[in-house]
Amino acid sequence: MTDLLTPGLEHQAERAHARRGFLLGLPAMAYLLVFFVIPLGIVVAYSFATRTRSGRTELTGWNLDSYQRLGEEIVRTVAWRSLWVALLTTVICLILAYPLAYFISTRGPVVRNLLLVGVMIPFWSNFLIRTYAWRVILDSDGVVSQASMALGFGETRVLFTNTAIILGLVYGYLPFMVLPLYAAIERIDWSFVEGARDLYASGWSAFRRVVWPLAKPGVIAGSILVFVPSFGAYVTPAILGGNKQGLLGSYIVLQFLSARNGPVGSALSVVVLGVMLVGTLVYFRSGGRNL
Amino acid sequence: MSKGVAMSTAMPRGASRWVLSVHSLLVFLFFYAPIAVLVLYSFNQSKIIGKWEGFTLAWYGDFIAHEGIQQSIWVSVKVGLLSTVIAVALGTMAALALERFRWWGQKTFDAVLYLPIIIPDVTMAVMLLVFFGETAPLFNAIPGVDLTAGIERLVFSHVAFNISFVSVVVRARLANLDTTMEEAAADLYATRWQAFRRVTLPQITPGVAGGALLAMTLSLDDVVISSFVSAVGATPLPVFVFGMLRRGVSPLVNAVSTSMLAASMLLVLLSLIVSRAISSQSEGRRT
Amino acid sequence: MTRWIRFVAVLSVLAVVGAGCGDDEESAAAFKQCKAGEVDGDLAFFNWSEYMDPELIAAFQEAHGVTVTEDFYPSNEEMFAKVEIGGSGYDLIIPSDYMVSILIEEAMIQPVQASAVPNKSNIAPKFANPPYDPGAVYSAAYQWGTTGVGVDLGETGEDVPHSWALLFDAETAETYGLSGAITLLDDPRETMGAALKYLGYSLNSTSADELAEAEAVVADAIGRVAAFDSDQYDELLVTGESVVGHGYSGNFLWSFEEGESDYDYFVPDEGGTIWVDNMAVLSDAPHPCTAFALMNFLLDAENGAQLTNYNWYASPNAASEAFIDAEVLENTIIYPDPALMERLEFIEDTGDYEINFTDALTRARG
Repeated sequence: MTDLLTPGLEHQAERAHARRGFLLGLPAMAYLLVFFVIPLGIVVAYSFATRTRSGRTELTGWNLDSYQRLGEEIVRTVAWRSLWVALLTTVICLILAYPLAYFISTRGPVVRNLLLVGVMIPFWSNFLIRTYAWRVILDSDGVVSQASMALGFGETRVLFTNTAIILGLVYGYLPFMVLPLYAAIERIDWSFVEGARDLYASGWSAFRRVVWPLAKPGVIAGSILVFVPSFGAYVTPAILGGNKQGLLGSYIVLQFLSARNGPVGSALSVVVLGVMLVGTLVYFRSGGRNL
Repeated sequence: MSKGVAMSTAMPRGASRWVLSVHSLLVFLFFYAPIAVLVLYSFNQSKIIGKWEGFTLAWYGDFIAHEGIQQSIWVSVKVGLLSTVIAVALGTMAALALERFRWWGQKTFDAVLYLPIIIPDVTMAVMLLVFFGETAPLFNAIPGVDLTAGIERLVFSHVAFNISFVSVVVRARLANLDTTMEEAAADLYATRWQAFRRVTLPQITPGVAGGALLAMTLSLDDVVISSFVSAVGATPLPVFVFGMLRRGVSPLVNAVSTSMLAASMLLVLLSLIVSRAISSQSEGRRT
Repeated sequence: MTRWIRFVAVLSVLAVVGAGCGDDEESAAAFKQCKAGEVDGDLAFFNWSEYMDPELIAAFQEAHGVTVTEDFYPSNEEMFAKVEIGGSGYDLIIPSDYMVSILIEEAMIQPVQASAVPNKSNIAPKFANPPYDPGAVYSAAYQWGTTGVGVDLGETGEDVPHSWALLFDAETAETYGLSGAITLLDDPRETMGAALKYLGYSLNSTSADELAEAEAVVADAIGRVAAFDSDQYDELLVTGESVVGHGYSGNFLWSFEEGESDYDYFVPDEGGTIWVDNMAVLSDAPHPCTAFALMNFLLDAENGAQLTNYNWYASPNAASEAFIDAEVLENTIIYPDPALMERLEFIEDTGDYEINFTDALTRARG
């Protein structure tokens, strides 16, 4: 059929095709332009603006003061701590989720669906509620404490520590790791694994050399979905952390509220966004494909 | 895919099988234990969490009678439904545009589409707050739109981040589809619209449904963006609960939580039943 | 990638230009003049949570035939963030003292119209000419109270020193078993202020040295602090999570009723904060007349008393005294004795210096 088309017509058809694609994507593009890109532009602008004596942001006197402030030690401390918390959360989620996702995909269809529903119910319940649930468990009268008292360790309060925050983050974002992992593992052509086994590979070896590489996209997707919100977390530290250890999300909010310093808060947000962007791009490339 | 048969020899054996089972059980316990505690204490007579003083339904009575909570539930539902519908429409179109076509600016759009996913909540909250503040006169000029009161701001904001999530889910689905079906339809002289409606659309429906559910969940879950952006008299439920939480832990919050949980479970079951019905319907048609 | 950067840059410029253009409308806008009792539509009321008696709102709605939509904020700063851009839709807000001076400086609130608020004369002389709003031109006092320390006497015993040392001093913590059972306010001005007072300085000090000392005090105490909390300090005390808590007078009182132990609240001898929350009408309020009507309503002698009887904070309304419950008037937590009043300071805005308090607290927290 293509022989019949002259180069001109083919080119036209391509152009028409491209145009259709463009038009199809246009509504979403326009929407994001208005409600995302422009607001983002405003924040970028704010990061170069000045703070009035009483705390309003004035779009005059462009300067780099806010970015200079980001070099201060307190910012670095907060950033490293948040990085650490986010990494720990992601790794723990991976360790917990992988075997679970694997297990689910090895079950028969009925049990599999049941298990998936079992995972999805917490996923679809409100995040705030699930985080709050830990508050009750972790405080001095809570279940953990009562258990440790029964065991003779005395009253323990895990609440208001970094452990509590990580626990809350893991609990909140675990479904975000399980579901992409499951989706990726489920897609694997198991005949490869079968082949490996037939070639006398041990279970572990088969996993390491066949399953793990093939499920990598799921690992990457899940890690991003857990790491990103954990890095900028605000709600979980607010509920479980006692506001003691400054984390990035809380620190940014602090700039916009207590400190009434829009420029610094904006500068920090821009930097964090930039770092996330670069980080996820690099991570993607290493995995080789789309989300 | 050679699933069923291959699974038998690919399955973990012996000790590793046992370990996997136990691990999964523990993880499920981890998932549900806090929820169980939460639900349990919603029936606690004592106002102070942690001291069990007897069974009561009083807190649920309070929950139903509480005007602030009831209003915010209503706000959340309205915002959730509206923003989901819009985000699904825009997000699905975006997914199709990106996966099935090639055009100028595609890469840029692709990149921009990912930004709402990786941006910190706080940043998005502030930038939208500032944006609405600065552009309010412009928007209010549009008849029927009033940014100072009501759910407009919330809907606009929720759609902004939901488009990306919906498009990601639908794209994943699209990427896995077999394009030979669509090509076959074209070979059989179907118009583009017919091909889309009868071949592509049914196949991506699970993806679209998944995206819709995700969008609804994210909208109902959102705290930070909503609290910065909400206008007069339009406080969504999570923001209201967050406010309550900051003032004190009380079984009333547990009662609200349990009710929300029950609602989610209902939603999940409903969606499962519906998707079951749809897939069995299409199964029937194919045979 | 570069194309995209250029794209965003162009848009930022557009956004800036667009935003900049919006600001020029201010100039000397003559505010709408209102008469006493006049209303111009439904009211959007922005207040702290649990600060307003719902019955008062209901009574106002009935008396004037309008609807009042009440939204809540947990801190001055959150309220400020919402209203600073303009066009928020709110009419009446309840800013604290230092926030009033900020709002005045930014021309965000309008003068209180004497003709629309005749009850303003009910306000006691002490609050009629406050340092944060000379002549009380832009605000009318709403409620006032103190910030101090709540103690669980059941745990510590009756004999505790009335000093900030309870929060900051290691030895005191040892003696009374306070380690890990202290909460501080998550508010830079209040917490750094407490440390400054503890050291004998003014809580409005703009001396870098004094602030550094205060920071050291807080940093030293961090290990013994359970949490920074501006909302649940009373609850934490009453549920036994903490033994001493830094917080506001009225909130503590409410919770003491719920608890099972013996509690006390006091402002330490070194002195502390007296704070005043005020009613103010936003400059761009869509319904200023209704706002003034509510202001007038709340300044009525009996209504003012009802408010105090409800939220157990002190009333600045001299005429209300006749109607306030005796037990409230006699409660030294709500109405501190004159000697103590001498040692209380208002928090005043320090302008550019303000951010140092925030940073000092963040650094001290580690």
